[in-house]
Amino acid sequence: MANFLVAENICKNFGDFTALDDVSISIPKKSIFGLLGPNGAGKTTLIRIVNQITMPDSGQIYLDGKPLHPNDVGKIGYLPEERGLYKSMKVGEQALYLARLKGLSKAEAKERLEYWFKKLEITHWWDKKIQELSKGMAQKVQFVITVLHQPKLLIFDEPFSGFDPVNAEIIKNEILQLRDEGATILFSTHRMESVEELCEYMALIHEGNKLLDGKVADIKREYKSNTFEVGLTADDETALLKELTANFSVGKANFKSITKDLKLSIQIKPEESPNYLLLYLLSKARVNHFVEVIPSVNDIFIKTVTDNA
Amino acid sequence: MHNLKLIIQREYKARVRNKTFIVMTFLSPLILVGMMLLVAYLTTLNNSEKHSIAINDLSGIFQNEFQDSEGMKFIDLSSIPLEDAKKIVLEKEYYGLLHIPEMNDNFELAKSVRFFAKESPSLDILQQMEQILTEKLNTRELIARGVDISKIESAETPVNIQIQNFEGIRTSKMSNYVKMFFGGAAGYLLMMFIIIYGNMVMRSVIEEKTNRIIEIIVSSVKPIHLMLGKILGTSLAGITQFAIWVVLGAILLFLAASFTGMDLISAPPHAQKGLEQMSSNETQQLIMDISNLPIGALIIAFLGYFIGGYFLYSAIYAAIGAAVDSETDTQQFMFPIILPLMLGIYVGFFTVIENPHGTVATIFSMIPLTSPIVMLMRIPFGVPWWELLISFLLLIITNFGVLWLAAKIYRVGILMYGKKPTYKELYKWLKY
Repeated sequence: MANFLVAENICKNFGDFTALDDVSISIPKKSIFGLLGPNGAGKTTLIRIVNQITMPDSGQIYLDGKPLHPNDVGKIGYLPEERGLYKSMKVGEQALYLARLKGLSKAEAKERLEYWFKKLEITHWWDKKIQELSKGMAQKVQFVITVLHQPKLLIFDEPFSGFDPVNAEIIKNEILQLRDEGATILFSTHRMESVEELCEYMALIHEGNKLLDGKVADIKREYKSNTFEVGLTADDETALLKELTANFSVGKANFKSITKDLKLSIQIKPEESPNYLLLYLLSKARVNHFVEVIPSVNDIFIKTVTDNA
Repeated sequence: MHNLKLIIQREYKARVRNKTFIVMTFLSPLILVGMMLLVAYLTTLNNSEKHSIAINDLSGIFQNEFQDSEGMKFIDLSSIPLEDAKKIVLEKEYYGLLHIPEMNDNFELAKSVRFFAKESPSLDILQQMEQILTEKLNTRELIARGVDISKIESAETPVNIQIQNFEGIRTSKMSNYVKMFFGGAAGYLLMMFIIIYGNMVMRSVIEEKTNRIIEIIVSSVKPIHLMLGKILGTSLAGITQFAIWVVLGAILLFLAASFTGMDLISAPPHAQKGLEQMSSNETQQLIMDISNLPIGALIIAFLGYFIGGYFLYSAIYAAIGAAVDSETDTQQFMFPIILPLMLGIYVGFFTVIENPHGTVATIFSMIPLTSPIVMLMRIPFGVPWWELLISFLLLIITNFGVLWLAAKIYRVGILMYGKKPTYKELYKWLKY
């Protein structure tokens, strides 16, 4: 699949501080890409470079196969983490202004705004000033402004902050729909569960360096430790535990079950097959529970960052 | 370009629709006219107050010399002794008591005149009384020495030097004041405009930063376009306000004048007297002086220097706005703005009037930060075209340089939060 956005060997220094050190990422067309990293990792700098707000010291950004051009701002929709609107300007007027800055004509902007306001049921806000709206309401308006000019690339920095669960769900579904309609989405967040839920690809940067990137499923496969959670019922649990400990690396596990089990996490060697473990267990006890432990994005994030600290 | 137009439009609308702008635009001329009316009223009030002064003239020389005038009323207490006169003055709460002892020698007499008063008397009144005393005693002494007074009086020849330049155009002595008035007003107006509207630009930049809208905007437009649009839009709002002021001011002055019978705009009483004394020839000359001013050049130069100066300072204001998080942090950066403006005004008022073509005035009319003000003050005195050209070119070149530097600080500053920047920090930003 072709890549829609490619960042190649991006370096950026602010004085003595290195914000990005030779970072490269590729975002496939029509995918949702999660950009992760602790605070101050360089995510926002990278996003600003893609938005041409900041210029890189070296490296090149390609959009749809061509080097990024100043006119490409119309192809990108950006919802920054630090976002706000003019407090004393009316919602409609403000949205029109920002849409026209992206290159839409006045009539076009108005038509699309009306469509989106209707879709999100916020038409009656048109003549209100931003200072009369709550934070979550203002965020909704900002979301509309971000997607209004139908950008091919959407960049969301912490898009769900400030939303209640109901509105977060609405926005999440809109994002998925935009992806289905052909937009490529770059997604920067601290909320690992939304990465888990939405992103197909991800990259992790830390202190200006890219630590890992790729398909979320591939990364998980790479990070799995061949550990299985098992729930067993046996007549003599102490003897079983002793025997298992002798053959495998065994730890205690904690998961929910309705039977009163011996709950264990058992790690096998990479060359061993899970079938071998299962057959072994079947011969010794009743197996109520047998699940491979798949690392969550959260686990991967914490592990990678602490390993590189 | 399309975006720049949009930004200018928005900035203009945002300024003009602002409630303070509307209130200030329509209220300031009212306040101004109100102040003038108040001052005029207070002056008339002051003038109608008559000071009663008792004269205790034991010498008898000054009988009939003290005539009641506009501000003074004289009461003759010459027939009683000084101590009694003092009591009466205190009792009746007169302004003061002038005591003239009896003496034969005029010089001794001149030294012995006393004025008794509760409060220290006004200089004006003292001078008027001294003048009367001096004239009378002079005449007395001259007569005593056998001089024929009538001959002296007939020999008096008042001199009025006619000033003329080498092209043969006549000017009056007033001409320098007229020139200073027009130049000074233009320079002062420019300074006020720079401070008021420069501050507006700065506040608008800070507003965008604290609103956090800035990052949304700069993802669509270049920061320099946003900065330029802001400066241009705000200056248009300023021009609108001044245009409204001029029209409103003219209407209000006309109304006020027709209500009070022209008194207040012509002049306070003293100056009026001066005008009356001036021969009609001189009044004509004054009008000639005003019409002889390079009005056309002054207007063109005002616009040119206004645009150049306003842009120069607004760019600095915008950079400061971008560097800080709130208006309270701007204080430390205000000094480099206010200093050259003040310097311009002071150099203008003190050295230009004394020597419009001296070294100090010429140099300050070349330095770009002060040239808009100082040059505007010099123009009515006639400035060679090449000096104007050099000064203006320097201003334009500096403008480009400062805009470039300001844009760099602006570009970095608008995305910086939570840092209290120092000059050192700003210098580092230039290299980002």
